[in-house]
Amino acid sequence: MELFTNQVLAGIATGAIYACMALAVVMIYQAIDHLNFAQGEMAMFSTFISWQLMQWGIPYWWAFLATLIISFAGGILIERLLFKPLAKAPVLTNVAGFIALYGIINSFAGLIWDFTIKQYPTPFGSSPFLGSQLISTHQAGMIGVTVLLLILLFLFFQYTRIGLAMRAAAALPESARLVGINTSWMIALGWGMASAIGAIAGILIAPVVFLEPNMMLGVLLYGFAAAVLGGLTSPLGAVVGGFLVGIFENLAGTYIPGVGNELKLPIALALIITVLVFKPAGLLGRPIVKRV
Amino acid sequence: MSAVEEVVTEAPAVEAVPKRAMTLGLGTSLVVLAALVLAPLFVKNFIIFQMTMLLIYGLAVLALNILTGGSGQFSLGQSAFYAVGAYTSAILMEHVGMNYALTLPIAGLICFGFGFLFGQPALRLSGVYLALATFALATAMPQLLKLGFFEHWTGGVQGLVVTKPDAPFGLPMSQDMWLYYFTLVITIGIYIASVNLLRSRSGRAFMAIRDNEIAASAMGVDVALYKTLAFGVSAGITGVAGGLGAIAVQFVAPDGYTITLAISLFLGMVVGGVGWLPGSIVGSAFIIFVPNIAEGISKGLSGAVFGVLLFLVIFLVPHGARQVAIVAQQLIGKLKK
Repeated sequence: MELFTNQVLAGIATGAIYACMALAVVMIYQAIDHLNFAQGEMAMFSTFISWQLMQWGIPYWWAFLATLIISFAGGILIERLLFKPLAKAPVLTNVAGFIALYGIINSFAGLIWDFTIKQYPTPFGSSPFLGSQLISTHQAGMIGVTVLLLILLFLFFQYTRIGLAMRAAAALPESARLVGINTSWMIALGWGMASAIGAIAGILIAPVVFLEPNMMLGVLLYGFAAAVLGGLTSPLGAVVGGFLVGIFENLAGTYIPGVGNELKLPIALALIITVLVFKPAGLLGRPIVKRV
Repeated sequence: MSAVEEVVTEAPAVEAVPKRAMTLGLGTSLVVLAALVLAPLFVKNFIIFQMTMLLIYGLAVLALNILTGGSGQFSLGQSAFYAVGAYTSAILMEHVGMNYALTLPIAGLICFGFGFLFGQPALRLSGVYLALATFALATAMPQLLKLGFFEHWTGGVQGLVVTKPDAPFGLPMSQDMWLYYFTLVITIGIYIASVNLLRSRSGRAFMAIRDNEIAASAMGVDVALYKTLAFGVSAGITGVAGGLGAIAVQFVAPDGYTITLAISLFLGMVVGGVGWLPGSIVGSAFIIFVPNIAEGISKGLSGAVFGVLLFLVIFLVPHGARQVAIVAQQLIGKLKK
C-alpha cells in the first residue's frame, strides 16, 4: 500500500509538468480550433530566452517576468505574421504551417544555444518536500503554480469582459462579430496567452528534464494526451488530465510487468487512442453537436 | 451556450482536386519515363543510389497522397508503416532467408492489415484529432521496435543488416543499377495501379468522402469501409516502399524511422501538391536534396531551411508543384501561339 501511495505522489509530481503543457495546448485550441504542434518548441524557446537573460545577470523573477512578456508578444507576432493569413485555409495547410514553425524554432534554438544539455535553476529549491523522498520542493512548487495558474485563468474567463469576449469569439465567431467583438484580435490574444503559459510550463519543466532544444518532444506528446483525456475544450480538464496521466504513467511503470522507461511514449499513444475512441470529448469536455 | 458546428458550410479539410487534374498527360508521362530509364546509364553509383531513394520516397509520398488527396484523411504517422514494411522485409530476408523480391508483397500485405486496423479507431477522428493520433503513432514506433520482447527478431537498438541483392541472370550491371531498375519497375506498376484506383468506383468513393462526408453517405457510399480501406491501401504502399528502402540502404534500425521521417513525407506531399500524384516525385526530390543543401550552408540548419521553404510554398504556391506545372503549361501554350 505504501508503494502505491508513493507512486501516486510521484505521479502527481510528474503530472504537474503535463498539466502545465496541457493547459497551453487547450488555450490555443480554444482560440483557434487547432492543435499547435509547435507549442512545445515555442515553450522551449521561451525557456532559453529566460536562461539567456539569467546568464546576463538578471535575477530569476525579473527574467521570469520579462520572458512572459516576450513570449506573449512573440505569440501575437507569430499569429499576425504567419497564421492570420491562413485562417481560412484548409486544416491541412495549417498543420503544415505548424510543422514548419516547429522546424524553424527547433533549428534556430540549436543554432543560437547549441544542442548541449544545460542546467536550469529553480526558485523553490530541490530539497525533499515535507520530509517525503518522492516530491521535492520544486515539484511541490510546480503543482502550486499550475493550480494558481488555473485559478487565474478561471477568474479571467469568468469575470472579465475580455475573457468573456474571448469565449464568445471561440464559441460562435459570427455572432460575436455582430455584437462588436474583434474576433481576429481575440485569436491573436489567445496565441499570446498560450505562448506565455507555455513559457511558464517550460521554465517549470526545465529544472527537471534539463534545458536543450529537444526537451519538449516527449512532454508535448504527454501534454496532448492530457489535454485529450481531460477534454480539449476545458482548461480544468487539461489540468486534471495532466495529473491523471502522470499517475497512470507511474502506476503502469510499477505494476504492469515489462513497462519500463522505454515504453513511456507508447503508453501516451495508447492513452490518446483509447480516449479518442471511447470518449472523444474527454472527461470534462463538452461534446460538439453537429448540425447537418 | 451551445456548441453547434455548421457542418455543411464548413470548409473541407483538404481542397478538392478534380480527378483529371490528378495525373499527367500521356506525352509528358513518356518523357518523364524515358528520363528515368536512361539517366542511370550516365551517372555514378552513388547518384544511382540517390535516384533509387528518390523513387522509394516518391512511393511513400504517393501513398500519403492517396490517403490525403484522395480520401481527405491526414496522417503524420506514415513513418510507422514505413518502419513495419522495412522490418518485415529485413526479418524475412535475414531470418527466414526469403528472396528479396518475394518479401515486398508480404511487407505490403502486413502493412495493409496494420493500416486497415489503425484505420478503425481513426474512423472516429477527423482533421486535427487524426493528425494527433497518427503523430503519436509515429513518435511511439521507434520505442516499440526497441522492445526487448521482439529483440530476437528485430535486433533491438542495433537493428539488422540486410544484404544487397546482385543482378540476376548474370546481367552486366552493378548492384546499385539493378536495384534502381527493380525499384523503377515496381514504382511504375504501383503508380499505374494508383491512378487506376483513383479513377475507379473506389476512387470516386474516396473523393466523395473527402469533399462531403454526409453527402457521400447519403448517396450510399459506405463511409467507414472506404475510409479504412484508404488507410489500408496507403499503409500497404508505404510498406512496400519501406521494404525497398531497407534493401537499398542495407540496414534497418529503430532510429531510422522517427517522426522526422513522417514529417518529411508530409512535407513532400505538400510541396508536390496535395492530390497530384506526379507531384510525389517532386516532393520526394525536395525531401532528399534540400536537407543536403541546407546542411551544406550550415550544420543543424536543415530544420529552419525546411520550415522557411514550407512557409514559402504555403503562401506563394499553395498547390505545390501542381501549380507550378500548370503555370508552366500555360506559358508553353502561349509561346506556341
